[in-house]
Amino acid sequence: MATAIEVRDISKQFRLYSEKQTSLKERIIKGGKMPYTPFWALKDINVDIDQGETFGILGRNGCGKSTLLKCIAGILKPTSGEIRVRGSLAAMLELGAGFQPDLSGRDNIFLNGSLLGLSRAEIAKRYDDIVAFAELEDFIDNQVKFYSSGMYVRLGFAVAVNVEPDVLLVDEVLAVGDASFQRKCMDHVKKFQREGRTILVVSHATDVMRQNCQRVMVMNHGQVITIDEPGEGIRVFLADLLGVGTLEHSESGGIEGNVLAIGAVHADHGGSGERMHLYPGESLTITADLDSLAAVPNAMATIAIHDDRNELVFASDPDDPMCAIEVPEGGGIVRFHFPEVPLLDGTYSVSVGVRSATDTAIFDWKDQVTKFEVANPGRATGRVRLLPDISFRLRGLGHTGEVPAIGAEFAPPPLAGWEESTA
Amino acid sequence: MSLGIDEPASADSEPDRPTVIGGSTRFVPGQSNDRVTIVNGKVQLGQRLRDLWRNRDLLILLTRTELKVKYKESVLGYAWSMLNPALVLGIYYMIFKVISRTPQPHFAIWLFCGLIVWNLFNNSAQASTTVVVGKAGIIKKVAFPRELLAMSTVGVAIVLFAIQVVVLVVFLAAFQLTPDWGSLWLLPPALVALLVFTSAVSIFLSAVNVYLRDTQHLTEVALMAWFWLTPIVYPYGQVSSHLAKYHLTWLYLANPIAPIAMTFQRVIYNQTSYVATVAQGNTTHKVTHLLPNVGDGWYLMMIGIVFVVSVALFLLSLIVFGRLEGNFAEEL
Repeated sequence: MATAIEVRDISKQFRLYSEKQTSLKERIIKGGKMPYTPFWALKDINVDIDQGETFGILGRNGCGKSTLLKCIAGILKPTSGEIRVRGSLAAMLELGAGFQPDLSGRDNIFLNGSLLGLSRAEIAKRYDDIVAFAELEDFIDNQVKFYSSGMYVRLGFAVAVNVEPDVLLVDEVLAVGDASFQRKCMDHVKKFQREGRTILVVSHATDVMRQNCQRVMVMNHGQVITIDEPGEGIRVFLADLLGVGTLEHSESGGIEGNVLAIGAVHADHGGSGERMHLYPGESLTITADLDSLAAVPNAMATIAIHDDRNELVFASDPDDPMCAIEVPEGGGIVRFHFPEVPLLDGTYSVSVGVRSATDTAIFDWKDQVTKFEVANPGRATGRVRLLPDISFRLRGLGHTGEVPAIGAEFAPPPLAGWEESTA
Repeated sequence: MSLGIDEPASADSEPDRPTVIGGSTRFVPGQSNDRVTIVNGKVQLGQRLRDLWRNRDLLILLTRTELKVKYKESVLGYAWSMLNPALVLGIYYMIFKVISRTPQPHFAIWLFCGLIVWNLFNNSAQASTTVVVGKAGIIKKVAFPRELLAMSTVGVAIVLFAIQVVVLVVFLAAFQLTPDWGSLWLLPPALVALLVFTSAVSIFLSAVNVYLRDTQHLTEVALMAWFWLTPIVYPYGQVSSHLAKYHLTWLYLANPIAPIAMTFQRVIYNQTSYVATVAQGNTTHKVTHLLPNVGDGWYLMMIGIVFVVSVALFLLSLIVFGRLEGNFAEEL
């Protein structure tokens, strides 16, 4: 398979001026030189992207991923190095970039398509497809400035994908429009993949990467950290770059005047010792040190888990008798054991609390005191690891019925699960 | 930058030839003959010219966009493109004909001949200073030959020029004046030379203004001085004798607009001198020379020189633009 994009020793230096001075007078005063700090946005990037591959670039804001994309697109010129792109290329760095608000949708399709490198005849040929894709048949002769932001973006996307480039560069633009348009966009991306076109996606949305990319490149400070399969790449991205792999402990404070205080909180999991993260389905144990000035016979231990967007994933039932603990004077260790953590990718923080079983008094509450990270080696995305049992049968037949003449190879697998669940 | 997709095979698109965004072209043996685009830090003139030609449709669209946007929300719309020069014409006519009482016959036509040439250059040069800066949004997000933005200002100026030519023709008919049909062939080469020169200046100014925002203000003043250094309002014949005294004729004619404007005056106004009756004691006749009394060959030579110089300037401006363009996306 040929290489679609070759990136050879690409470096890009930006000049950071302490103060923007661009007038002639100021330049003359400074003797033509302006003080600047060189900033290397890209340093010796080397990567080969195969034809037909969907390749992702992951990285935090400012890691250089968009700069690299702009260099590949030809918008920025690299300071040194060379990029070769095989075949036609279209970049979706911003949808609807180059739209003229004063012109109609029709004029803008021609202008935008032309900016992306199409001739007028070629645009005319694709015009109907573009309008249909953007679902703007009724508004195409209206000025674009009267479009809603959704319509605007839809038109931009429609033009970009209908250019039908050999290489498509996408910069975090897939999450546009309403749900149905998003699905259409994803369908179009899939179609591009099937047609053997090369797609280069820049994002920090790990879900998109995992679902669509064959390989991902992780960047930091303008350098390549790793180029690997999505699962491993995303893990490196999360662990090394977001710094979430390390389990930090916040110092214990405790609520003043309470008899009971939570000390160190620890997270241990099935992979402890060999890796920072656990795989979906592995066990997790949270241990919390309790210091107690007096015996507390009627205490309840509670635990809550939040994801990285601070959404609550789980909070234990505070009235569950399983939570009841009896703390003697001096304290002890409370242990929360999850035999199986059915979570997918992400960083989760753990909050631990101890409250009274008899009244509403809270002895201590440690908010998001420790973290654990789940890295999914597979390609499923989302929050929860559900394991669907998937089977197929023909309509109109009982699941135990005879399979018609098509043949035994169509016989459904044993449907024990169905029978159990329906029983 | 070439993003041409599925181009029909034509003379200018050879599939084997890699497209280079600046820099050298190399082949990788044993790979398919798709077009290869190379991005690196260098400027390659030949490639830039090829890209300009390949994207000529875009130039037309950009020009059309500029025109549409320019007159979109104004009540008079395109009428402004005639009204504006008409008002300028009216002012000069008032000053020279009514106040200064110039005895030159059909002074309005004379003015008009020079003004359409000047307006073409002036409109484009003035608009070009801000065209790249004003289109920062596209430049940061889309890759295309950015020279086309500067050249679209020339395109707009051509359209306005055409409208003014129509008005001029109407004027000629109204005054029942005939141009010098025998020399009419001088106008197309003169116009081409003017367009190349205007493109060169516009491309240069559009790039420089990104780095030195003073350029747009400087250009305004410079253009005003340039206007008065060009024989538009006054005839060349009025300054030529003074210039000859100091051997400065060549310097005056080094202004590329001057020979072009003179060609238009020569062909359309169709009079190199006029005789006026001047009351000085006894009534005498005074011959005023407007233009040098030379054949078409002289004009063609002048146009030829302007053309050659303009082509050189055009290529130079493309190189300068290519150098400066590399950091447009950062500077804007």
